Amino acid sequence: MSKRAVYLLLIVLAVLHQDFWLWDDPTLLLGFLPVGFAYHAVFTVVVAGAWYLAIRYAWPSGAETFAEGSDEDQPAP
Amino acid sequence: MTSLVIMAGYLGLLVVLGIVANRFFRGTAADYFTASHSIGPVLLLMSLFGTTMTAFALVGSTGEAYRVGIGVYGMLASWSGLVHAGVFFFIGIRLWAIGKRYGYITQVQYFRARFESDLLGLILFPILVALVIPYLLIGLLGAGGVAQSLTQGAFPEAFAATNGGLPPWLTGLIISAVVLFYVFFGGLRGAAWANTLQTAVFIITGLVAFVLISSKLGGLAAASQQVLQAHPERLMRSGSITQLQFFTYFFIPLAVGMYPHIFQHWLTARSAKTFRLSVVMHPIFILIVWAPCILIGVWATSATLPDGSLVVPAGSPPNTEIATMVHKLTTPLIGGLLGAGIMAAIMSSLDSQFFCLGTMFTTDIVTHYFGEHRFGDRQRVFLARCFIVAIVAITYLLSLAEPRQVFPIGIWCFTGFSGLFPLVCTSIYWKRCTRAGALASVTVMATSWTLLFRASDYGADGSYLFLGVLPVATVFIASLLALVGVSLITQGPSETTIEKFFPHGGIAADLPSDTDMATD
Repeated sequence: MSKRAVYLLLIVLAVLHQDFWLWDDPTLLLGFLPVGFAYHAVFTVVVAGAWYLAIRYAWPSGAETFAEGSDEDQPAP
Repeated sequence: MTSLVIMAGYLGLLVVLGIVANRFFRGTAADYFTASHSIGPVLLLMSLFGTTMTAFALVGSTGEAYRVGIGVYGMLASWSGLVHAGVFFFIGIRLWAIGKRYGYITQVQYFRARFESDLLGLILFPILVALVIPYLLIGLLGAGGVAQSLTQGAFPEAFAATNGGLPPWLTGLIISAVVLFYVFFGGLRGAAWANTLQTAVFIITGLVAFVLISSKLGGLAAASQQVLQAHPERLMRSGSITQLQFFTYFFIPLAVGMYPHIFQHWLTARSAKTFRLSVVMHPIFILIVWAPCILIGVWATSATLPDGSLVVPAGSPPNTEIATMVHKLTTPLIGGLLGAGIMAAIMSSLDSQFFCLGTMFTTDIVTHYFGEHRFGDRQRVFLARCFIVAIVAITYLLSLAEPRQVFPIGIWCFTGFSGLFPLVCTSIYWKRCTRAGALASVTVMATSWTLLFRASDYGADGSYLFLGVLPVATVFIASLLALVGVSLITQGPSETTIEKFFPHGGIAADLPSDTDMATD
């Protein structure tokens, strides 16, 4: 999976957040879970999965190296 | 009284934790302010989550769900799952790397260097402090409302005006004293440990509350069916939230990128990899904490006692919905445990906020203007503590004024921080971003925020919208346009600064050496 695919997935999720089709639906799933609420609960789990893919395939591997930069880059005291 | 004893015992435990953390204190400012970059993945996850989940998440979300319905989860929780983790990933890791490399411990230090501007720091410091104060206020108001509800009847003579419950002024005083104690003794390490304990406590007790309350209401299905019959509008968003309003809540969680206390927690990380657990688990933790609160808030609209009266009567004081549900539907023992859990959530944010204020004052004002060597480590820590006490005193006095709902105060506070998000984002990803652009952005943010806050009757109109959207959208866009527009027509940063923050010409994300780029 490429970095670009991960970023695309995150954008798609941001779009899917706007669940206009459930706006006026008070249906209770399993007898207790409002459908508009259940959608966003599942959405949150999917988001966690997407961030797992981000750290797996789009990790900023240079951050660690940058953090350990040479002393000559240190600012004057 | 049982609830009170349990909550008091819990506060005592935190005091002990502060003393133990003090034994690990290395006596240096670096250790006090950033725990010597020694925090591992679990502690970072718990402290970041504990810090971002405030009275707003538990008390405010329940109260808002009571008034607006299930849409509150999508407005804030699911957006936060996506956006908070994204900010940790795209902003937090980069700021950790920059902070660690150049020794920054505050945002103002970083922005002064990145934009080569002392003036920017001077403007930003009071704005950040002013925005943290309402954040602290949320904690004190939330704690006051919860303790008052849970201890009703414990002191019928001493506190008759609050039905025998602890008055908010006393709760605010106790909470402030306990948090100050363990922060003073333990430094940021003490706060991180306390956050870990407190996050575990409020997650577990929140789940217990949810199970017990639903059981008392006849089960999950019975509790929700009651709402379907009495208040079906609370089970959908039509009529309470417009689609545009719902979308613009996207901007609110961006605030996490500019919280000074989160910046400081990022810097405690041992390595970049330490962030991984936080990025993935933060959304799951949000689900675990917010989902029960939202359902409890929605159930509270229709839940009745055996005599047919509402558990949460119409016109109940703000910020008391969840505590009233717990108080009336569970035993005093459980009430005490849950009260401790709610207090834990509130204090796990207060500690980091108290702490960062002290750090900012000593670093950005004292050390910056009086010199690095004018004060020793111990003196700097002492000055930090003095400033913290002063700000806590101001916040405490504000909390004694007419109580407001936690939710709208939180939204206005987050709006200000979100309006500063373009500044931090472009500082990392756009090297052409200039000092004049940064100054314009901060000025436009402060001006637009003030004008809109005034138009909302200083936050009293909790449903205030500007052009049909949340004020945060306007503040964010105005701040971004000012930053980009002014940067494009003014002179860019010096080569030295560009080389310092963008050493290989790429974005800070992948800043690294050529070798790393090749292996990426």
